[in-house]
Amino acid sequence: MKLKEKIIEAFLFLCASVTILTTIGIIIILLYESISFFKNVSIFEFFTDTQWTPLFSEQHFGILPLVSGTFLTSAIAIAVALPIGLTIAIYLNMYAPKGFRKTLKPLLEILAAIPTVVYGFFALTIVTPFLQTIYPDLETFNSLSAGLVMGIMIIPFISSLSEDALYAVPKSLKEAAFGMGSTRFQTSIKVMVPAASSGIIVSVILAISRAIGETMIVAIAAGQQAQLSLNPTIPTQTITSYIVQVSMGDAPQGSIEYKTIFAAGLTLFLFTFSLNTFSFWIKKKYQEKYE
Amino acid sequence: MAKQITISMGKKLEKPLPMDKVVDKSLKRTHTIEVNDAKVWYDDFMAIKGIDMVIKPNTVTAFIGPSGCGKSTFLRLFNRMNDYVDGFKMEGKIKVNGRNIYKDKIHVEDLRKEIGMVFQKPNPFPKSIFENVAYGLKIQGIKDKKLIAERVEKALRQADLWEDVKDKLKKSALALSGGQQQRLCIARTLAVEPSIILMDEPTSALDPISTSKIEELIFELKEKYTIIIVTHNMQQASRISDFTAFFYLGKLIEFDKTKKIFTNPEKQQTENYITGRFG
Amino acid sequence: MNNLKKNKIIDSSFKVFGVLFTLLGVFILIILIYNIIKVGYTRINWDFLSSLPSRKPENAGIYTAIIGTLDLMLLTIVFAIPIGVGAGLYLEEYAHKSRLSRLLEINIANLAGVPSIIYGLLGLGIFVRFFGFGGSILSGALTMSLLILPIIIVATREAIKAVPHSLKEASFALGASKWQTLSKVVLPSSFGGILTGIILSLSRAIGETAPLIVVGAMAYVPFVPHSIFDTFSVLPMQIFTWTTRPQAGFAIAAAGAIIIILIITFVMNGIAVYFRNKWQSKLQ
Repeated sequence: MKLKEKIIEAFLFLCASVTILTTIGIIIILLYESISFFKNVSIFEFFTDTQWTPLFSEQHFGILPLVSGTFLTSAIAIAVALPIGLTIAIYLNMYAPKGFRKTLKPLLEILAAIPTVVYGFFALTIVTPFLQTIYPDLETFNSLSAGLVMGIMIIPFISSLSEDALYAVPKSLKEAAFGMGSTRFQTSIKVMVPAASSGIIVSVILAISRAIGETMIVAIAAGQQAQLSLNPTIPTQTITSYIVQVSMGDAPQGSIEYKTIFAAGLTLFLFTFSLNTFSFWIKKKYQEKYE
Repeated sequence: MAKQITISMGKKLEKPLPMDKVVDKSLKRTHTIEVNDAKVWYDDFMAIKGIDMVIKPNTVTAFIGPSGCGKSTFLRLFNRMNDYVDGFKMEGKIKVNGRNIYKDKIHVEDLRKEIGMVFQKPNPFPKSIFENVAYGLKIQGIKDKKLIAERVEKALRQADLWEDVKDKLKKSALALSGGQQQRLCIARTLAVEPSIILMDEPTSALDPISTSKIEELIFELKEKYTIIIVTHNMQQASRISDFTAFFYLGKLIEFDKTKKIFTNPEKQQTENYITGRFG
Repeated sequence: MNNLKKNKIIDSSFKVFGVLFTLLGVFILIILIYNIIKVGYTRINWDFLSSLPSRKPENAGIYTAIIGTLDLMLLTIVFAIPIGVGAGLYLEEYAHKSRLSRLLEINIANLAGVPSIIYGLLGLGIFVRFFGFGGSILSGALTMSLLILPIIIVATREAIKAVPHSLKEASFALGASKWQTLSKVVLPSSFGGILTGIILSLSRAIGETAPLIVVGAMAYVPFVPHSIFDTFSVLPMQIFTWTTRPQAGFAIAAAGAIIIILIITFVMNGIAVYFRNKWQSKLQ
């Protein structure tokens, strides 16, 4: 009896430790291949060279063009999702009738459930042609429509999580502001949003982290040319879409092209890891404040 | 252990007698509880500050005292339910039938088959009425369906619930009323055939009619079981118990026959409490 | 114009923005679905579902992609559910408040934020190369299992947390051991919540493309896989490769496949919501 209980506990512990092994595995794999990559390419070149052309005959290994592509598409996405998402959150929390909120919140969350490859198709075949009717010089592959569509995809991250944060603000605060004659807008901006600020910041950070790790939309709609430029109308390449490009070809194991995707992956991992850690830190600070 | 009960019960029930006339000798176990200088801490907070007590078999003992006086903590020492509380530490001896239940060799699972418990709020499992009562038997590994059905019926009769539920045993227990749910929880405890039953304010969530039914039930159960009941209700303590223990700030202030406590207590604090001057 | 009036106007105009933006989200959803149906509906027929992929867009079907998705999901279920539910149980019921359990918790939250393509690199390094499983269904399913593990663990913990403490106490008080209490009381009571989490995680896995590309899912698989060591394609992979082809016929085929994957995704999410509502009302 006792023994059986011990065996079950040990098994469950093993299950939980799979998650630790996953993290260790990610770090080891990324580091192992990256270290061997940096034996061929100096770290200095990696961070300062302005060209990324591992698949061309004249190879350059500067990560900056991929970082700029990632930054550009993510910035466009956040520029779309932040104002829209936050307005929706405030609207649903402060203005919308109760039934409205209950129907619309899950409806908007459908946006986050749609496979990203579908968004990629949408950006390339519907959004880009539409934008070209307004701005004919827009190229077929561009970061603008990829970024816009990515922004739509992450709206629910910001709207739902921020609404949760607003919902958690004590009712008494809201009533106090109303009691002093504030309008709903004044209450929202001066009382509710500041009170829920940490939760809102966390939601935005998660959305950014999601945007820079997003792969299929940019791989389909933003093109495959790494260029160090912030022009949203021309093709670009992100870290993620570069990894896809190499994976779709067949770079032999051990070749420098094979190793580049791990070096690129390590860069991406460091970005998202820092963002996630930052959001935990905010969350923790916030919890201490209220307890 | 489980096997023994199985055999004796199986024989007893072959010729069913009207339930109120069954005198089941095998259940007359003379389990006494002896507490020797019990102390309990939750982290740095000392909740029980050294208590001695002897509880006699086949009696009803009431624990009274103001909120936070340690009476519930003390009750939960007997079936080791405090073990799950973070930061729980305990010193002293608690002997049931001469055995120290806080020794390593005791299996808490076996202990709790001997000492049943009924909680403050009715807490039936979200299963059928039958499955609720059969739960304790099934976890002991009893598989004989006929035997289980017999024991379930017997327990439900003892808890005075059989007539109410015999036609809907497969229905969810959550559909019963609060009072019925609490009697179901008592039946569930009885089905395991413990010798001691701990009750932690069993009627505090119930209406007056359900409460009086449970009180009657406790009175009947006394014949076969040793019952310890925590209560906030002075009248209840005086109505149903043989002995009463008054706790205050983690100490046992007074422990005596109920009549004595309620008519002529030794200590001033006890008198203040039962006359409603504080608490 | 006095201050009060100005404030009122700002307030009302913000409300208009709120309604507009909220409806914009819904509107885009409708445009997306409408356009895809408009392009792809001509391909929705039995031939499309039962044909192999082809170099000619008008003959191309999604049979191997659907079978690949099914195989991949079945295998993912086999790996991810026991481990995920087990890990959730451990963290919620066994782990004491120690540094180790704190580390486990932070680690799982972090894993949930790791981009899916990184899981692809992990799968490539460990399953494809180190264990030598190659670009097989097995490698894909193992990678996918690690990807959805955090979702299942978090859902399991939330569902277990929602089980009233009094039920556990009742079971312990009847002499049940820890595992008996968990398996007979806690797990059945939290089943609805766990199931919701599992379905949502699978719906996520069905739509994932990036990690499978890295692990080596094929753009063109002209046969149905026979074992877990065979190469494979999946529905989103098929959509991706068709989308990137220049011929217009492939865009139509891609839209057809998207209709199918959207139906699957919506149905799974619908089922998940149904189970969650049913379970929540049962617990109350």
